[in-house]
Amino acid sequence: MVQDIDIVDLKKITDLVQTKYGYDFRNYAMSSFKRRMLRILELKNLTIESLLKKLNEQPGFIEEFLDELTVNVTEMFRDPGFWRILRDEIIPGILLNHKSFKIWHAGCSSGEEVLSMTIMLKEMGILQDVQLFATDLDVNILEKAKSATYPIKNMELNEKNYIRYEGKKSLKEYYKEEGGKAIFDKELMQNVTFRKHDLVKGEVFNKFDLILCRNVMIYFNQALQNDVLKKFHEGLFKYGYLAIGSKESLIWCDVANKFLVVNNEEKVYKKIKD
Amino acid sequence: MDKYNLNSSYRAVVIGGSAGSFQGIVKILAQLPKSFPLPIILCLHRLKHVRNGFVEALSVKSVVQVVEPNDKEQIKKGSVYLAPSNYHMSIELGNHFSMSTEEMINNSRPAIDITLGSAAYVYRDKLIGILLSGANRDGGLGMKYIKDKGGLTIVQEPTECMIDTMPKAALALTKVDYTMKIEEIVEFIKELDKHYK
Repeated sequence: MVQDIDIVDLKKITDLVQTKYGYDFRNYAMSSFKRRMLRILELKNLTIESLLKKLNEQPGFIEEFLDELTVNVTEMFRDPGFWRILRDEIIPGILLNHKSFKIWHAGCSSGEEVLSMTIMLKEMGILQDVQLFATDLDVNILEKAKSATYPIKNMELNEKNYIRYEGKKSLKEYYKEEGGKAIFDKELMQNVTFRKHDLVKGEVFNKFDLILCRNVMIYFNQALQNDVLKKFHEGLFKYGYLAIGSKESLIWCDVANKFLVVNNEEKVYKKIKD
Repeated sequence: MDKYNLNSSYRAVVIGGSAGSFQGIVKILAQLPKSFPLPIILCLHRLKHVRNGFVEALSVKSVVQVVEPNDKEQIKKGSVYLAPSNYHMSIELGNHFSMSTEEMINNSRPAIDITLGSAAYVYRDKLIGILLSGANRDGGLGMKYIKDKGGLTIVQEPTECMIDTMPKAALALTKVDYTMKIEEIVEFIKELDKHYK
């Protein structure tokens, strides 16, 4: 088993993936990127040399590579306090000026956050008025997100979060159990558009009233975070909201002075300048 | 007299702990020398869905206010940092933190192995690693990484631990430099402080 990876070898991998496939991981945070690489080597029983060879000779392998590289560990209603603020303050704030609005889940992973959002909006009685866009780099994970199907063992934690969020029902009312899986009601997803999108290289494709990008940019270095935050600024309507992870911050970035802190604990910001 | 053969080249102290480590940590933080010259980085197992309260509880008697850093926050001398709940916390080469939501390790997030292992990579032989009482093996591998990079390793005397699984895991994986009781760790830190004054 490979114990550690040299920076030179990491660079060989990122360079190959960049030139051959056009994905740029050169500005990913080093420690987690290295752990992901070690994990891929272990899971696929590869060495650095055989990984490079595989990437070079088997174009189909890149999707599998991306799927393992990106971190897809998430939960429904993660940080229940955040969801309460969304329901009680942020969404009502948007509704003051717009009857219908648009949300972007940037880096949606397996879709738990999108599903939490649609359940929240449904309970608020406004799901039909909201257009949701959910994007990720990883096409395999987008398929999972679309299926809105999760292992039943995950539901205990999801239900706990939902209870702490103080939802109106029980999560059980939104899914049926089948073969060890929780299959959510597809109607919840009717206004959601899933699409492949690369935050690093992709352009802003629409204008939004709310962008959520929670615990995605933690895998980037500061320079890349800065670039992506500029894109989010561009992708928001004036007075639109940006939500990032509870341990992320935008105080240091170039566009910081164009945002107002709405909630510092849950890291919700409002665009106040173009 | 310096029985530990210390010097002023160290850049950080990392401390890992789990079940039974809270009182020990509180004692260490309560007796920290004023303007201690190194950052102290804590990775303690904690309730996953209780985000608030822990940092306050640790800070009550601490000489220095304990903080949970944000992602990419610069590491400063004399600060005491605590890994936030439900995130892994790593140290990066630019001397800042980064957070991650990767899979749990040893059923833990934050995992002590990740904080200790990344600190060992960045600080190499300029690191002091301390592992306290705990009920699982997390941290053992991290201590081995520190030792392998030439850092100084200390585990809490197993007989003093409420649960000794954690220090024993480190003792089994590597040649730990010292086993100490909490009071000795306090004295060790005071001794270390003198080298910087």
